[in-house]
Amino acid sequence: MAADIRPKRPFRWHIAIFLAPAVLVYTAIMILPLAGTLQLSLFRNIDQHQVFVGFDNFRTLFGDPNWSVNFWNALRNNVWFFIIHMLVQNPIGVLLAALLSSPKLRFSAFYRTAIFVPTILSFVIVGFAWKLILSPLWGVAPHLLDFVGLKSLFTPWLGKEQYALTALSLVSVWQFIGIPMMLIYAALLSIPDEVIEAAECDGITGMSQFWKIKLPLILPSIGIISILTFVGNFNAFDLIYTAQGALAGPNYSTDILGTFLYRAFFGFQLQVGDPNMGATIATIMFLIILGGVCVYLFLIQTRLRRYQF
Amino acid sequence: MKTKLLTALLLGTSILGTAGVAYAEDVTLNIESWRGDDLSIWKDKLIPAFEAKNPGIKVVFAPSAPTEYDAALGAKLAAGSAGDLITCRPFDKSLELFKKGNLADLSSLPGMENFSPVAKSAWQTDDGKSTFCVPMASVIHGFIYNKDAFDKLGIKVPQTRDEFFAALDKIKADGTYIPMAMGTKDLWEAATMGYQNIGPNYWKGEDGRAALIKGEQKLTDKDWVAPYEELAKWKPYLGDGFEAQTYPDSQNLFTLGRAAIYPAGSWEIGLFNTQAQFKMGAFPPPVEKAGDTCYISDHTDIGMGLNAASKHADAAKTFLSWVASADFATIYANALPGFFSLNSAPVKMEDPLAQEFVSWRGKCKSTIRSTYQILSRGTPNLENETWVESANVINGTDTPEAAAKKLQTGLDSWYHPAK
Repeated sequence: MAADIRPKRPFRWHIAIFLAPAVLVYTAIMILPLAGTLQLSLFRNIDQHQVFVGFDNFRTLFGDPNWSVNFWNALRNNVWFFIIHMLVQNPIGVLLAALLSSPKLRFSAFYRTAIFVPTILSFVIVGFAWKLILSPLWGVAPHLLDFVGLKSLFTPWLGKEQYALTALSLVSVWQFIGIPMMLIYAALLSIPDEVIEAAECDGITGMSQFWKIKLPLILPSIGIISILTFVGNFNAFDLIYTAQGALAGPNYSTDILGTFLYRAFFGFQLQVGDPNMGATIATIMFLIILGGVCVYLFLIQTRLRRYQF
Repeated sequence: MKTKLLTALLLGTSILGTAGVAYAEDVTLNIESWRGDDLSIWKDKLIPAFEAKNPGIKVVFAPSAPTEYDAALGAKLAAGSAGDLITCRPFDKSLELFKKGNLADLSSLPGMENFSPVAKSAWQTDDGKSTFCVPMASVIHGFIYNKDAFDKLGIKVPQTRDEFFAALDKIKADGTYIPMAMGTKDLWEAATMGYQNIGPNYWKGEDGRAALIKGEQKLTDKDWVAPYEELAKWKPYLGDGFEAQTYPDSQNLFTLGRAAIYPAGSWEIGLFNTQAQFKMGAFPPPVEKAGDTCYISDHTDIGMGLNAASKHADAAKTFLSWVASADFATIYANALPGFFSLNSAPVKMEDPLAQEFVSWRGKCKSTIRSTYQILSRGTPNLENETWVESANVINGTDTPEAAAKKLQTGLDSWYHPAK
């Protein structure tokens, strides 16, 4: 009988202690501010006092045309910003990685570095550099086009409503193309030689080898890149702010959620900042990103096949 | 622990500070400001001039960075450690400080009578009863032109709108110069140097501005749409690709001598004097017919108030009365050409371009930018929307009527003047 009573297992303190630093730091710098933002969005400043108003701020954001028009415009622009990245940045990233991983390519280390360098540049530098490149007055773009006789194709892209957002998306693609390239490149290198050799024995070479063997093997990496792009794009702000200013001109055509949030939260010129509405927008941005990530995790990632080597 | 240490330190410094004052038997006044650029002017010119006349009062100019000024000042005022004299931003930011009781009422300060009601409007309560800052300087809008270019093409300085557009046509036909250096990329150029520059002539300065605030006029009225109609006509005279031309681009185009006319604010004078290699002149916004009353935007920009918690209120008031005097105005306006004293007494200035600008005060009526007082408190913000719509009108993406209608609809959504 006595043998059945096991000595009570002592509480394993070391687990709590080892977890504590990370949990504390993460709570202090991530979870608390997030909770603070959510809380702020439920209050409103009435006569210098914070008053609890439930979901009134959200009703204002979606119901009051003064806010909702700007919000939907920013969301639409943000979706377009994301689409351009998915259609241009990621396919080109995969292509570059495929080219770089080709054993026949010389100077591949040089290309790899050169393509990755813009990613580590500051947004401010990228924004100003491209503003200058595309400047109709002193920019190199009009001169280069003139050089090949295509001057007529030049328009002041950043100043035209119909082109500005696309132009800025492409600048952002230029800056961040290195990230998908590096991740895919790493994934391609990690494909074992046996798999490739087996494919070659079966007569699958060249392009069909890429489509049938390599691409399925790097799909999980492409998924991760897509979700990184999604999160990055819906949090984007810096490039638009440095290139177009906080009013995201012309006529709000480059306004994305980040700049919209900035104007609401901090104010701009004579516009006084409204932290409560700003927090409301931040909460919606958080929900959009959370939603996107959940869709990816539960619908897409579970269906991706994993290959064990 | 940390707080205690900090408190002890603060206590220590305050005791030391007061001890120092008691020892010297002098009163020391501290000035809070965001104008770090002016440090040498204050230290070398303004403060010695004051101290020479007022022995026993020492003044220290202690600026902080422009972007941090409002936040830093707010924190210092709350903690009771702010300086005795506070440099005032125009309109709502200072009004808020006054309402919180941080700024003292200066309506009866000796010297206040030297300023016109327009000059004081930036630092008054909405009903105009209390004034809480002494106006220091304003900026004036107009057009700066390349004199060499005008002489070469034989163009006379335009007085009327017809002459103005005739001059632009002539410059354009000649082709040597871009007729007008302005871009719409940064938006505010279109609104500030465009709409607010030429607008007062249409809406009759203060009359129109006051009527707009009272709700008697609307932005969709003829007088408020007409400036947009004129702006829309500017488009063909701007440089190639003006849609992506930024404010520094415009400045450079003009100072490099590639453009003939620059819609300006007087704050450019200092920079242009050092950069431009040609002779410059200036003219006020042209009127419709020769002999019409002209109106100029003489926008109040900087003032100085008294910290309500100051221990040396009397000494500070002596200083403020001096700031309101012609002495101060002369030194300040000459040290910073383009920032004009708001004092009614005429100020002698050395810089010819600044003289030209300030001479318009004699023949034209002054007003301030229409969107600054009261009308930009709500959402959507009228000033920001004016930036966007002015750029739209020049770009041709909105008609003047559509732009005015958008602005008025936005204003109507939150501003309901008592009638």
